[in-house]
Amino acid sequence: MAIKTKFAHEAFKVRVKKKMQDSFMRGAVASATDTINGRRVQLIEDMGNWEDLRSHGEEIRRHVLENLDYYLYQFSENVAKNGGHVYFAATAQDANEYIREVVKKKNAKKVIKAKSMVTEEIGMNDSLEAIGCEVVESDLGEFILQLDDKEPPSHIVVPTLHKNKEQMREVFERKLDYNGSSQPEELAGCARRVLREKFLAADVGVIGCNFAVAETGSTTLVTNEGNADLVADLPETLIVCVGMERLVPTFEEMDALVALLTTSAVGQKLTSYVTNLTGPRREGDVDGPEEFHVVIVDNGRSNILGTQFQPVLQCIRCAACINNCPVYRHIGGHAYGSIYPGPIGITLTPLLDGYEDNKELPYACTLCGACTEVCPVKIPLHDLIRTHRQVIVEKEGKVPFSEKMMMKAFGIGTSNFSLYNMASRMAHGVTKPLASNGRISKGIGPLKEWTDYKDLPTPNKERFRDWFKRHKAQQGGSK
Amino acid sequence: MQGTIQNRDAFLENVAKRLGRARKVQLEAPKWQYNPREEYLNGASQDELLEVFKKNGTGVNCEVVVTKKDEAAQAVFAGIKDFGGGPVITWKDSRYEELFGLGKLFKEDLPNENIDVFEWDYKLGRENIERANTANVGITISEISLAETATAVVYSDKDRGRTTNFLPENSIILVPKSSIVPRMTQATKIIRNKFNNGEAVPSCINYITGPSKSSDIEMKLVVGVHGPVKVKFIVIQDL
Ligand code: SF4
Repeated sequence: MAIKTKFAHEAFKVRVKKKMQDSFMRGAVASATDTINGRRVQLIEDMGNWEDLRSHGEEIRRHVLENLDYYLYQFSENVAKNGGHVYFAATAQDANEYIREVVKKKNAKKVIKAKSMVTEEIGMNDSLEAIGCEVVESDLGEFILQLDDKEPPSHIVVPTLHKNKEQMREVFERKLDYNGSSQPEELAGCARRVLREKFLAADVGVIGCNFAVAETGSTTLVTNEGNADLVADLPETLIVCVGMERLVPTFEEMDALVALLTTSAVGQKLTSYVTNLTGPRREGDVDGPEEFHVVIVDNGRSNILGTQFQPVLQCIRCAACINNCPVYRHIGGHAYGSIYPGPIGITLTPLLDGYEDNKELPYACTLCGACTEVCPVKIPLHDLIRTHRQVIVEKEGKVPFSEKMMMKAFGIGTSNFSLYNMASRMAHGVTKPLASNGRISKGIGPLKEWTDYKDLPTPNKERFRDWFKRHKAQQGGSK
Repeated sequence: MQGTIQNRDAFLENVAKRLGRARKVQLEAPKWQYNPREEYLNGASQDELLEVFKKNGTGVNCEVVVTKKDEAAQAVFAGIKDFGGGPVITWKDSRYEELFGLGKLFKEDLPNENIDVFEWDYKLGRENIERANTANVGITISEISLAETATAVVYSDKDRGRTTNFLPENSIILVPKSSIVPRMTQATKIIRNKFNNGEAVPSCINYITGPSKSSDIEMKLVVGVHGPVKVKFIVIQDL
């Protein structure tokens, strides 16, 4: 599937329009994000020291990124010491080739997977199917999407958010000869029976990794379904795909980050299962993989290191920013055309996939800052989105889109629509229109068309020109 | 057996270059400015921890039963019946008898009632997994237990199959009261200390908090998607 979904070929506006006609989707997105958010907010209130925990999460993630080579070295040493194999993959292609090699050597035909964004990002399923493997998604939501002719996920935590149970029943009927009702329990029961057989028959398992623990060479997976455990325990060969930034020094930091993740992602103090895998099974063990492979994936991440976008690599993929994004709520996940939607998506996608095909994404944002406020590891998302716009304008020599155009395309009026009001209320002081009509005098460079006031990056009543100067000076070395 | 590492140097050189410096080969352990995780239930007694565990372990298809050691066999028996009987699968673990007095239950009482009890035996290989897959109840033991979330931490071993916790329809996890700590923070410290004292980290550590569940269908909670449908924690007052 790669980072672009099958909807990506359509122009952004077309995608948005199509998706917006789906009223079920919009209702479902709104109610699901409200539910998760409600739980999240409640939990945070009960906790009392959430802000300190966020700061802790931030300091851990920043420290790791600053010392990423050290921790990757330590992690890989320890995986190997425990008998696991580590492959460092610079590109998606490298990762896929290695995974294919492992699968071929095992003569494996049946692969079972537990939700992993990295494998989506590198398009692993297609790569394995091309050599004749059956690849089965075992996460209930992913399983349903896969059955439905590989529909892309619309949310990174609840991938099926856009689909109702009747549509799911119909898919089961069509693909599994199911003749039960659309009751969630019954549908899940059917999936359980089908997948249990798949778990037991699979030759190779593939899972993702939320946090890789450097000190012990352990991987961590956080799930509610327990599917990742069956994937990790039953097939003879296991491949763990790890985004290169997902390191933590020790189990102790894992604890803090797991708490931040489960609170922010699903509003639970802990999910049903958190699993640490340390190497292959030991002598005498019956379950657990005999062969344990870890594939560490760069695929564009290292290009972000050392730039003003480095904080985006702090991300722990909790989706809180998505659940709090007024634009996401309005247009749904598919409209973004990337497997990473919402604020994190519009920040990360252009970095991993280049600006060329993604330059409208950073404009799908009102810069309201709600994402930044909820991010458990304090990524300044809306600042990064603004920086994207600056980079794009500099590259293009003009403003390719404006946020106003975008909002219009979404059917969002700027005068009375509640979303826009909410965004403005939340905006961080970005409310002062430019004094003149955009013919800004010297020193401003190619920004003369930058007239949409919501685009104005003047967070503290500072004058635009001063801000711009300072910003240029800060950026100085990196260009 | 040592595993292999491929492509590391070029990969890490690139990371260091991007970070604008030479490769880092040494690093002092970080000192954190914030660490609010320790505050929770700091200094709580074992009785208080048990109360919190009980409260948090009660939910959809999840229950906490507290029992004295000499009544543990009865409680486990009742638990199995409540789940609809056998077959039962257990680990091969002397603690069932030593800590909880369950030897007679597994060897005599259950078989007498025609409830099949299978004890994990690594020499039988794959058969263990087949037994776990057809078992109605799996019974395992928590090493460390977390009050905040009513979580059991279980370690894998050749006599303690991982899938005993995942394949059976129902799960009973035995929780020594003495094993309860406030939250994951203390558990990770305990595990880390062991490691730093030269003990190997188990190949699999599971933090188990209630039954397998999903909200992928219209955000409705469905319990028992892949793993156990019901979980019972039986806390034994070993103090
Ligand atoms: S950017 Fe922050 S809020 Fe968004 S998914 Fe990543 S960690 Fe979560």
